[in-house]
Amino acid sequence: MYFKKSREYFITKKIDQFFIELNNALQFVWRFFKEVFKPPYEAREIIRQCYQVGYKSLFLITLTGFITGLVFTKQSRPSLSQFGASSWLPSLVAIAIIRALAALVTALICAGKVGSNIGAELGSMKVTEQIDAMEVSAVNPFKFLVVSRVLATTLMVPMLMCYSGFVAMLGAYLNVHHNELTSFISFFQAAFDKISFLDIFSSLIKSIVYGFTIGMVACYKGFHASNGTEGVGRAANSSVVLSMFLIFIEEILIVQITNSYRT
Amino acid sequence: MEPENKNEDHSLIISIKDLYKSFGSNEVLCGVSLDVFNKENVVVLGRSGTGKSVLIKIVCGLLKPDSGTVNVLGKEVEKLNDKELRELRLQVGFSFQSSALYDSMTVRENLAFPLVRNARHLSRKEVKKEIESVLNDVGLSQTINQMPSELSGGQRKRIGIARTLILRPKIMLYDEPTSGLDPITSIEINKLINLVRHKFNTTSIIITHDLTCAKSTGDKIAMMVDGKFIKQGTFDEVFSSNDERIQNFYKYNFINK
Repeated sequence: MYFKKSREYFITKKIDQFFIELNNALQFVWRFFKEVFKPPYEAREIIRQCYQVGYKSLFLITLTGFITGLVFTKQSRPSLSQFGASSWLPSLVAIAIIRALAALVTALICAGKVGSNIGAELGSMKVTEQIDAMEVSAVNPFKFLVVSRVLATTLMVPMLMCYSGFVAMLGAYLNVHHNELTSFISFFQAAFDKISFLDIFSSLIKSIVYGFTIGMVACYKGFHASNGTEGVGRAANSSVVLSMFLIFIEEILIVQITNSYRT
Repeated sequence: MEPENKNEDHSLIISIKDLYKSFGSNEVLCGVSLDVFNKENVVVLGRSGTGKSVLIKIVCGLLKPDSGTVNVLGKEVEKLNDKELRELRLQVGFSFQSSALYDSMTVRENLAFPLVRNARHLSRKEVKKEIESVLNDVGLSQTINQMPSELSGGQRKRIGIARTLILRPKIMLYDEPTSGLDPITSIEINKLINLVRHKFNTTSIIITHDLTCAKSTGDKIAMMVDGKFIKQGTFDEVFSSNDERIQNFYKYNFINK
């Protein structure tokens, strides 16, 4: 008995498909950088998308940010109290929120809400030939649909992250105030005592990268949707799953890089 | 039927030579050749899945052929770069089978979308005038503020045609213009295709499996079976053929009606 190697594939079907997909995705990203600086600019569409991504996510970001701050403080208190270190709570919470939680929670919420929305929207436009219709009417669909959406997520996720961080700190303050009657000013003074410029800067960079990833992945998946309504569902789903996965990979990489600067 | 305006320019507008296209192991087009002359309406007739839509998608550069050449208005489509292809597409209108209207936009926005982006010099007033004029041509002025989801199938087809006409194309490509429509609406669409041809002096390729549409709109019929043209000529020439496949197509088309 011998194994006959298929001549149709270079390695195996799945590995070949992975590399083909990777190549297509990299070309898609490269095309974005080529198109983004080229006029004409779709300013109105970019503003509309910023409104969709930013303003329409505010409620969810407020809720999750507030709960994150409140719950994190509540859960950390017993451990710190055991060592009589409750006074470190504001700085501990601030470090956790500003260095990691604000950016990560915002990115995950946006990946779920905005990523699925863009994936499904572009996916349905693809399967109903609306993207082809743009192309045949001499309009560049990549510029109108992809560039505007990726720019919107790249701009709005950092803004949402700042807002989410602030709301999370408010949540933390409420818990601290409730237990220790700390004033607003002394809480924030204690909180920001241990925060450096690098913490804020790395968080901003992280959220820009997350925003870009969410937009890019969702647009790529939507733009390449096929097989009717099933394909639309798959595009929306894989937009969320893949962007969340990439966000965690990016988190590890950026934390490693930032920590190497810190020491 | 002979093409009208015989004394006028009868130059070759679209020339397709030895076109091959396959998707994986599925061979869709197997050596297709077709010439379309100025102001001529050519109907590509055939059953579903014979490669008709693929043919016109190659003509407008949406798909690339495996081999063969497509020459449109003197330009070889597969050799054009993005900018040249965009310039060519300004002269080629494509009416999709599904109409492909942008669902998130009103009829007005659907029509303004290609116009505003391709004729940036036009003022708002001129854009408005163009939209009203083209809507009037397709007889749907009253739908200007409606969303595509509020329109009937026939209205969507008309708006789809209006959206291509707004760029004043020299060539119109219709993909199954009457599919999914009732017989009366189909006749209205056929009349609209003829109106477009006379009013806008367009050269057209009409993809259909509807014999009524073929007879009422086509100067020339090209019968496609399994990715090949088996017969080209006027409606009567094609259907007077003894080829069993053509006779069956004719017979079943009327039985199904």
